[in-house]
Amino acid sequence: MRTTLSELAPLPAPPASVAAGPTHPPGDLAVWFFILAELLVFAVFFAAYAFARAHDVALFNAMQEQLDRPGGALNTVLLITASWCVARAVQAVCEQNHAALGARWLAGGIACGGGFLIVKCIEYADKFAAGINLSTNTFWMFYLSLTFFHFMHVILGMVILAVLWAQTRRGIYTPGHANGLESGAAYWHMVDLVWIVLFPLVYVMR
Amino acid sequence: MSADKSFALLLAATAATFLIGETGAAGGGALAGLLILMFAKGRLVVLDFMGLRAVRGYWRLLLPGWLLLVALLIAIAFRAAQSN
Repeated sequence: MRTTLSELAPLPAPPASVAAGPTHPPGDLAVWFFILAELLVFAVFFAAYAFARAHDVALFNAMQEQLDRPGGALNTVLLITASWCVARAVQAVCEQNHAALGARWLAGGIACGGGFLIVKCIEYADKFAAGINLSTNTFWMFYLSLTFFHFMHVILGMVILAVLWAQTRRGIYTPGHANGLESGAAYWHMVDLVWIVLFPLVYVMR
Repeated sequence: MSADKSFALLLAATAATFLIGETGAAGGGALAGLLILMFAKGRLVVLDFMGLRAVRGYWRLLLPGWLLLVALLIAIAFRAAQSN
């Protein structure tokens, strides 16, 4: 006996939980716990800087004038652009199933991250040439330790992006199987997020 | 919002942050403006770059919550500095 389409029962609607979107973030959940832990450490650093400043506002304002604010703003643009490139790479792989395009976006992200490191090295070289170091005063102690801690995170992020780029080029990631790519991308965005707080706090607020 | 629109807004907010710094603005108004810009930029990164806009539940709130916490701590510390 033949069954026509009209005789088939309509498919049940998907559960509300599925229709409303996922309940967990993209990528590996362990990476997100790692990101939260990192953000808490940076929050302590930011609070320590802000409350130390409250004890010597004149010193912090005077030392802040010696910072390269255009360089800091350029670095913000570079990190935001890198994050955008990484977000587009994830879209290219997960939504368009276009690994080659994804790899090109990741290369753009790596280039911008490299630009950030170069600008920061120039800034560090200027400060060291001026005789500034960790023991110069409280402001420079915070500036150097905070920004160098972030600098190290950028280096780690670039290593991760380089691995993701190589694997994306080889076509390892496909829609539905991009856990590693999404996890690495989330880490890189965390590095960007930290700088979004660090730049106005250290370079601009007074 | 798409990643492209968020990217454009992030660039505009960065320019605004830089210009506030160049004017040398200080005090409560400037601080409030900078904190709002900081929160708005961070929220765009969290929702549209990290991909949390479509996620339901507490994961979508955790990172903006971190931003709010940091902004609040900075505001308290700078307020304390002004009253010293």
